[in-house]
Amino acid sequence: MHSVAPPSRSSLLMAPALAWLAALMVVPCALVLALAFFRRGIYGGIDYTFTLENFGLVFDPLYAGIFLGSARIAGTATLIAVVIGYAAAYAIAAAPRRLQPIFLFFAVLPFWSNYLIRTYAWIVLLNREGLITQLLRWFGYTGEPPSMLYTEGAVIAGLVYNYLPFVILACYAPLSRLNPELAEASRDLGASAVTTFRRVILPLTVPGIAAGAVFVFVLSIGNFVTPALLGGGRFQMIGNLVYDQFLTANDWPFGAALAMALIAIMLLVLMAQALAADRASGRAAEAKGNADG
Amino acid sequence: MTQSFTRTFGMRTILVLVFAFLYIPIAVLVALSFNEDGLPTAWSGFSLKWYISLAGNSAILSAALNTLIVALVSTAIATLLGTLLAIGVEMRRQYGKGLEALIFAPMIIPDIVLAIALLSFFSMLNLTMGLHTIILAHVVFNLAFVCSVVRARLKSFDWSIVEASADLGASAVTTFRRVTLPVILPAVVAGALLAFTLSVDEFIIAFFTAGAGRASTTLPMQIYAMIRFGITPEINALATIVMAVSITALTLSQRLNRGIIGQ
Repeated sequence: MHSVAPPSRSSLLMAPALAWLAALMVVPCALVLALAFFRRGIYGGIDYTFTLENFGLVFDPLYAGIFLGSARIAGTATLIAVVIGYAAAYAIAAAPRRLQPIFLFFAVLPFWSNYLIRTYAWIVLLNREGLITQLLRWFGYTGEPPSMLYTEGAVIAGLVYNYLPFVILACYAPLSRLNPELAEASRDLGASAVTTFRRVILPLTVPGIAAGAVFVFVLSIGNFVTPALLGGGRFQMIGNLVYDQFLTANDWPFGAALAMALIAIMLLVLMAQALAADRASGRAAEAKGNADG
Repeated sequence: MTQSFTRTFGMRTILVLVFAFLYIPIAVLVALSFNEDGLPTAWSGFSLKWYISLAGNSAILSAALNTLIVALVSTAIATLLGTLLAIGVEMRRQYGKGLEALIFAPMIIPDIVLAIALLSFFSMLNLTMGLHTIILAHVVFNLAFVCSVVRARLKSFDWSIVEASADLGASAVTTFRRVTLPVILPAVVAGALLAFTLSVDEFIIAFFTAGAGRASTTLPMQIYAMIRFGITPEINALATIVMAVSITALTLSQRLNRGIIGQ
């Protein structure tokens, strides 16, 4: 209980930041939402007549295809990142206690270095005369250098590489809090290691997996740098499409509608995550109740 | 016994592979930056020539200066606003989900969406865009990050000492300066370092809100322009410096405030 702070003082403290967010985030985002309902002007400006055709265009097979392609690339990257990230988090949580913070720190460190540079590192690795080709040559490979850069695989590798640290972090939190006695009890009752993992450990760590997965998926599907650099512009994703509408095609209303569709996907995914976390915590409470009773 | 041995061995293998995956690409870049011919084809000897040629590249130097201005100014504003926001929020006994969402939004909204939103907004206002508009934009997400770091610290703050200070006759300002600030200072500095790093690295929003012309090109924009045209050895040297700076700032931030990364 702290009655020191009259609500007015708290409001006063929050006011400057909230005003900043209102003026430079809420209003601009509302503006984009509004833009999506107008027509594109003949010379690229905005014609202020109400229309829904921008949203219709989002579902046009050409653009719907790009949405599905983006979802496929983001989904694949998410799956790979979650598998590797979960395994890494599990291994860190199994390490001696005093080493865990150090491992975790070094797992997250690359995440804080420049995104462009981390992506560029993959150009160096994957290009035709890159490190991987050199390694192959060193092992006696003499054929044509394999083309790895500017493929869908390169885009996925870049996304996994960039977002893996966050998955490790998100999965580590519930894994480190796991009571080792639970797994022991399960083994004592005759469950195999696989069953113990599937029925005890995995359900209790779903919230971490969900948080990591949502993060990778949302950032991947709206990504524009990685497809542009590692996909060489051959793999359009939603982010690139939005970019083009604003900076090349000059069709702002359609770009705005695409951005809103992106936000809608993001909100859907976040809602699914909240649902998964709720169900998992319900199940955990149930399991705990069973154990106590 | 054997089972625990295979288990430990398995765990170690996973750690080695994951850390190799995370660090080999970066290590290759750093190594190449010291390579005489700058190409991954062969090691032709240790050289600092790419760092020296970097020092003579005026486009990169002016971009670096722009980035420094944007990062310093936006960090200063964001640290002030974000800290006040954190105190204001944590002081309240209850707050709505709407407020929580508003504070959280800048951290999760896709960069590209905030970028086009601000571009539309600035051009509708007929604002000339430049470094100042990048700063306005960077404060939006920076203040949210500062706020979340400071709030984490305030969660364990004992508000009764503020009350005690007031009871003993200290003014609100004195109480803040002598009681609240010393407690949250490590988190404020950690939040500022985090904001600085984010701002130095931020590309998409800066790209959209910089306006036309090269005068307000920031370092990430310059890097993007360079790597689109393929590998240039200078980039390796620049990448090494930029990484060293962000990693130093983040390590400092982590030491000051155990708990932003991890826990």
